[in-house]
Amino acid sequence: MSPHATVHDIDQPPAVTSLRSKDLLGIADLTPDEITLVLDTADAMKEIASRPIKKVPALRGKTVVNLFFEPSTRTRTSFEIAEKRLSADTLNIAIATSSVVKGETLADTALNLEAMRPDMIVLRHSSSGACHLLSRICRSAIINAGDGMHEHPTQALLDAFTIRERKRQLKGLKVAIIGDLLHSRVLRSNILLLTKMGADVWVCGPPTLMPPDIRRFGVNATSSIETAITGADVIMLLRIQLERMEGAYFPSLREYFNVFGMTEARLKLARPDVMIMHPGPMNRGVEIASEVADGPYSVILDQVANGVAVRMAVLYLLAGGAEHEEAA
Amino acid sequence: MPESKSAIVMDADRIARTLTRIAHEIVERNKGVDGLALVGVRTRGVHIARRLARILKQITGDDVPTGALDITLYRDDLMRHPVGPQPVIRRTEIQFSIDDKKILLVDDVLYTGRTTRAALDALIDFGRPRAIQLIVLVDRGHRELPIKADYVGKNLPTNPDESVQVRLQETDGNDEVVLQQEATV
Amino acid sequence: MKRLLKGGRVIDPANGIDGVRDILIDGERIARVAANLPADGATVVEVPNGLVVCPGFIDMHVHLREPGQEHKETVATGTASAVAGGFTAVACMPNTNPVNDTANVTTYILDKAREANLARVYPIGAVSRGSKGELLADIADLRNAGCVAITDDGHPVKTAILLRRALEYAGMFGMPVIEHCEDPSLKGDAVAHEGFYAASLGLRGMPGACEALGVERGVLLSELTGSAFHVAHMSARASLRAVRKAKDAGLRVTCEVAPHHFTLTDEALGTPVAYDTNTKMNPPLREAADRDAMLEGISDGSVDAIATDHAPHHYDEKNVEYDRAPFGIVGLETAVSLSLDRLVHAGRVRLVRMVELLSVNPARILNVPGGTLSEGAPADITIVAPELKVKIEAAKLRSRSKNTPFNGWELRGGVAATLVGGRPLYVNAEAGISL
Repeated sequence: MSPHATVHDIDQPPAVTSLRSKDLLGIADLTPDEITLVLDTADAMKEIASRPIKKVPALRGKTVVNLFFEPSTRTRTSFEIAEKRLSADTLNIAIATSSVVKGETLADTALNLEAMRPDMIVLRHSSSGACHLLSRICRSAIINAGDGMHEHPTQALLDAFTIRERKRQLKGLKVAIIGDLLHSRVLRSNILLLTKMGADVWVCGPPTLMPPDIRRFGVNATSSIETAITGADVIMLLRIQLERMEGAYFPSLREYFNVFGMTEARLKLARPDVMIMHPGPMNRGVEIASEVADGPYSVILDQVANGVAVRMAVLYLLAGGAEHEEAA
Repeated sequence: MPESKSAIVMDADRIARTLTRIAHEIVERNKGVDGLALVGVRTRGVHIARRLARILKQITGDDVPTGALDITLYRDDLMRHPVGPQPVIRRTEIQFSIDDKKILLVDDVLYTGRTTRAALDALIDFGRPRAIQLIVLVDRGHRELPIKADYVGKNLPTNPDESVQVRLQETDGNDEVVLQQEATV
Repeated sequence: MKRLLKGGRVIDPANGIDGVRDILIDGERIARVAANLPADGATVVEVPNGLVVCPGFIDMHVHLREPGQEHKETVATGTASAVAGGFTAVACMPNTNPVNDTANVTTYILDKAREANLARVYPIGAVSRGSKGELLADIADLRNAGCVAITDDGHPVKTAILLRRALEYAGMFGMPVIEHCEDPSLKGDAVAHEGFYAASLGLRGMPGACEALGVERGVLLSELTGSAFHVAHMSARASLRAVRKAKDAGLRVTCEVAPHHFTLTDEALGTPVAYDTNTKMNPPLREAADRDAMLEGISDGSVDAIATDHAPHHYDEKNVEYDRAPFGIVGLETAVSLSLDRLVHAGRVRLVRMVELLSVNPARILNVPGGTLSEGAPADITIVAPELKVKIEAAKLRSRSKNTPFNGWELRGGVAATLVGGRPLYVNAEAGISL
């Protein structure tokens, strides 16, 4: 048996065997059982990466379009590898956007794409709710690869998978999430998922970057990093966008690092077997010290590897979904 | 309401003796267990494979590497069902190289042959075995593909409206093979 | 021609009337209001039992979009929408293209209104040239051309000093300054109310304080100048607090609330349809406490008027990502049903008060004729049917645009007929009145 044992008894049937929705628009729409199904399926998918032939015919003949309105190497590559490992035909469309609105609307792009009958569309867009709009227009299954400040569900799923690999389950774990809580879609997806699965979530950041009513999401909120990470099983660091300084959210990167940066000294407050996570790309010396990023507690590279398995699971589970006669 | 009739066609005792007989056949045909490996098709095939491995160890004193194969992603009926739940995937665990080995593929019931076809495709993606032989506990006929088992526990003629249920201690709590007449609705 | 509206319940707060009266219309004017009038050659119109005869409703905040944005609405389609909604008059906003900052544009709008010959149109002129917030527009010219108030609606007047000057100058003519109250730096690029729902949906939010800051500024300047200051589309409880304080101090501050702000909350952004751009307007739909405060203000008299902020947008413009959609929804044809159902039937106000909110007060604030059924007044009459079952169907709206979040709503109460200058311009067949 592999050292990363899964919780499930091998022959225990899962509570659900399929996802209810034709799309994955956000963690908000998933039940805890569905999340478990995705993670269990990802577990099976992960093994494929260790085969000599890293391919299975499951999505043979299916067309998947990666429609990215925001540049992204990491997520797009991860999806592309996942799609190819399932033998799907992939099509990458990168749309350069400028702040001035020009050219085709998202609705028109979607209609044109729809005419070619792709089976699935993976969408990344800078506007929250873009995937919902696409889902209303297209029959294809829509996978949200990040919409504005709203959600990034596959990131949260791969984070959960990474945690579960080491900690066996999410329930009862103290998870601290530190960084730009206001603008982060990774945060939203993660707190939805972790609270659904019964983790004890602590979010931490400057008050200027704290969404209002954050506690209504079922998390503890604090601006004290010590409070957040003491006894933590998992520490997730979110990227601080350098441009936020101009919005007067905090005075300088130096000050941010001093107050909220993850340093080796601060690490000592957490549990000895703490996991350090970061969705990437990292700003070394801003939200995380280099020594911590490269240190023994960091599972950042595991997250990347697991991303492919989790995305394969999502693609597989949605590809088998019921054919819809018309868009909702 | 029409009743479904069921009959036990193999009891625990019979299953045990059958597996022992198959184990001896394996040793005889392959002149020992050198270069052999067992791969069970999930789920029950895996348990049968493990039992065979135990018996082979008793007979020969040698360990036969045993693995578990999930063939869900190779099924030819994937994505074709308009409604209904997706089959659940489990982990495939084959911790050894299958190159140049004689693989004994183990499944509980051989019916249309499509599962075996999927298993063969999956195995070929893992490497290049020297040969593949098929072991089944029950062969119920009605092949849809040209597939033949090398070792058969029991040949059981059936009708298409019947179903064969293999129950094993490890999964179901007891050992038996039941032939069930499906109630016609 | 003469018409006798016979036997209806007449509510005319200005004249202290709430009871069964007959109304004799002669030509364009109301000739007599009394019980049991003789027909005397007039066409007799029986007012069915249950219908209520009111002074014509006036919507003091409407975007007619002409000149410049005729794909959304024109004066003709907008005034048709108005009469279908029970409004005999509308005051239209200057953020057209070009902005209504000169007599030319005002005259153009009034010409179109005359052509359409439906609801009366009272143009509101711009405070500053192009509404850019730099130099005052030619306010006297605007006044003479027919403007009844000034505003830079769409955004607040750019600086406090300009707002002060506008209040002083417009005060010369007794014209109110109507203000879209907002602090632009607090608003930033927000598209929703700052709160739990915006946070859940990942939408940038603006707090209620953003609007209240603008209200406080206007209140202080109204005090300083002694001029009339009117808060457009009020939505936040902090704004209401400031308005109440101003009224208690006897200042000339008035305010209006739109029906969407007393019926919907920010929860609508996610349910029933997530990211429905027909929930996007400015000021945004706010949290329940704000909506409830608006209802309270309407009940206790702190709110002076109901005005729809009717903001038509073409389907294509709204069929985009939430961030990119323009702010605004249509409102002319849903206001009366929403008011009857959610205010009167919900027990928050009596019909008399509703008439004040929709007719008496708007006329008074804008200083225009209307708001009464006095003898000799223009026969601008709205007949409502408080028990009529109404189902709102966006596709059937007479407005050129259909951007409403109320599609499918079933409400109790609607418009039976709308008469402007004695002419029945809208008659609802289902209400049972024949005009």
